[in-house]
Amino acid sequence: MAEPKDSCVKPARGPIGIPRTESVESGNPNILKEVIMTAKVGKPAPDFEVNAFIDGGFENISLSKFKGQWVVLCFYPGDFTFV
Amino acid sequence: MAAVASKYEEFKVLGVQVLSVSTDSRFIHKIWDEEELSKMVKGGIPFPMLSDAGGLVGKVYGVYDDEAGVDIRGRFLIDPDGIIQAMEVVTPPVGRNVSELIRQVKAFQHVRATGEATPSGWQPGKTTLTPGPDLVGKVWKVWKPEMAFE
Repeated sequence: MAEPKDSCVKPARGPIGIPRTESVESGNPNILKEVIMTAKVGKPAPDFEVNAFIDGGFENISLSKFKGQWVVLCFYPGDFTFV
Repeated sequence: MAAVASKYEEFKVLGVQVLSVSTDSRFIHKIWDEEELSKMVKGGIPFPMLSDAGGLVGKVYGVYDDEAGVDIRGRFLIDPDGIIQAMEVVTPPVGRNVSELIRQVKAFQHVRATGEATPSGWQPGKTTLTPGPDLVGKVWKVWKPEMAFE
């Protein structure tokens, strides 16, 4: 049977190669909670892999895919916001 | 984001890949693009819209607001070697200045290509500086503060 093209949950790796501290409250060592800010000017941009909406479709993309090009990474508070 | 999208052609000419990121899911991105952005920008958003589930990427970039549970407005200019050359992070009520972002792209590309330095307010074609022992104490001879606003 063919794999469905996209499902509700599509895991992506999130930040890559970033040390995370273990969540204390949950007591579950598998749940890693705190991620530490590492982005600094003049230093490598922290890599990540996330879900994306591209050209009408969905795929997971990583920042490292764009190495060799200039990239502008724009964070914003949310879709349907006003500014 | 619509303002960035409307300047997409200029970013493309400069060889810049734009990526937008929020904590919304890829499904929300699709509907926002279809229902609203495509009515502001012809053809809708022309670049990938990334979904930062749980704000983990935002935390690494220092833009995640724990209390609101969203990534606040921040933009990072990354060079072809993957190095962050510029960053700007602002609280939500004030939007970004896309023209200044484009100016910075041009300045960083000029610096990368020539090894020169661009003084305050530099625009393409304007005076650049070549740092070195001969320039120490002599910047006043080649550059005036008014030039930052020309």
